[in-house]
Amino acid sequence: MKALLIRDLKLAFRSGGGFGLGLAFFLIVVILVPFGVGPRSDLHAIIAPGVLWLGALLACLLSLDRIFALDWEDGTLDLLATSPLPLESVANVKALAHWVTTGLPLVLVAPVLGLLLNLPPAGYLPLVISLLIGTPALSVIGTFGAALTVGLKRGGLLLSLLVLPLYMPTLIFGAEVARRGADGLNTTTAMLMLGGITCGAIALLPFASAAVLRANLR
Amino acid sequence: MTPELGKYATEVLSSYGVSVAILLALTGISLWRSRRIKAALDALEERLKNDG
Amino acid sequence: MSSIWEYANPKKFIATTDKVLPWITILAVSALVTGLIWGFWFTPEDVRQGATVKIIYLHVPSAMMAINAWVMMLIASLIWIVRRHHVSALAARAAAPVGMAMTLIALITGAIWGQPMWGTWWVWDPRLTSFLILFLFYLGYIALWAAIENDDTAADLTSMLCLVGSVFAVLSRYAVNFWNQGLHQGASLSLDKEENVSNVFYLPLLVCLAGFVMLFLALVLLRTRTEIRARRLRVLLARERMQ
Repeated sequence: MKALLIRDLKLAFRSGGGFGLGLAFFLIVVILVPFGVGPRSDLHAIIAPGVLWLGALLACLLSLDRIFALDWEDGTLDLLATSPLPLESVANVKALAHWVTTGLPLVLVAPVLGLLLNLPPAGYLPLVISLLIGTPALSVIGTFGAALTVGLKRGGLLLSLLVLPLYMPTLIFGAEVARRGADGLNTTTAMLMLGGITCGAIALLPFASAAVLRANLR
Repeated sequence: MTPELGKYATEVLSSYGVSVAILLALTGISLWRSRRIKAALDALEERLKNDG
Repeated sequence: MSSIWEYANPKKFIATTDKVLPWITILAVSALVTGLIWGFWFTPEDVRQGATVKIIYLHVPSAMMAINAWVMMLIASLIWIVRRHHVSALAARAAAPVGMAMTLIALITGAIWGQPMWGTWWVWDPRLTSFLILFLFYLGYIALWAAIENDDTAADLTSMLCLVGSVFAVLSRYAVNFWNQGLHQGASLSLDKEENVSNVFYLPLLVCLAGFVMLFLALVLLRTRTEIRARRLRVLLARERMQ
């Protein structure tokens, strides 16, 4: 299992592996927002927590189809399915690799981008914490979506259509934490809900992902 | 003929109109698809019966 | 000894629905026509809402069916996962567009009903927002069925999506309530039994509810028969090609 994780991480960091693209996308989206909504900094301050959450979410979304694509194409996925390693663990490792290479960098970069959007000072810590808690859920849910569409040639748009509704609870609570934090309000409830969703997703979705992979590999 | 709908006439009429239209469209499409597929299946089974 | 599982047999399903469907259709049409005409013509206006209260006869039944359709799909998906009855999977597939249409009607009538009160054509009221999210779930489910070629794989994938989607749909409901707490408590479009307890409003609503349920049943049975035949068509064509 560790070998699989290290292999996936190496593949991602290799050139052409897609690492850094998520970060670049996040940056571009954040830069585009003022051009879309106008240059008023007070407006940016209000929408900053939500925009940063959205940008991170979309950046995660874009790298989802890579989770299983390479292994599907060269037959590695078939090998993994017949190996003694349970498919649920494979799904978990894939999600973890996605989070380490996509989600975690986004969390680290978010405060810097917060500067661009005039994020209120009180908002930085809640933003980072909410992203830290929420992005693993995005990876795990995204892995489920990627497993559903793994066999499809142009599965990208369908993947987005399937995954984005599943992202909504995480986005709602995550952005709530970031917003309330920025306004100085209490974030405990939202944080607990966010954490609950992440924990539940990590605990249960791998079984669904494995079942779906089995169906696709038949 | 239409009841006294007062100032909300457009709202009520458009609600009923849109809803009925959607239901009719759904029913129509379902019926059309049903007929089309049944015809195709019958034709195929007829053909297989004659060939086999 | 007959059990409900006998109807999982495609041939028996079609044979049984051959006899049952005409009656359900008649019930549906009569209940709908009666209920809607009763509600539209023969009910008084509400003190606060004026004639828009008549929209209730479309909004509440469609909203109810939007949710019930998804629940039916969930049960059918579970039956497929556990017992692998094709009719069950096909019934779920058949129900989805009906559920989506119901959701659409609920959304449109909800928005139109609220417009005089809110002043805008759309608000992110928790209930309307939840139905919008439900609409997206239906869309994704239908799209996935359409994207997969192999029937059994499609049934497997969509049933898992329905299962996972159901959990997240419930989560979204709570999330949306949290997100937009009580902004429109007063103007909520829920059926307030205490408020509308008079039979004048309530009875036609019951008839409309029955009509919508019957219509859903009729459409799903019709569409499931179509799906069964379509599947048989695919199987026969594939077999023919291999000879």
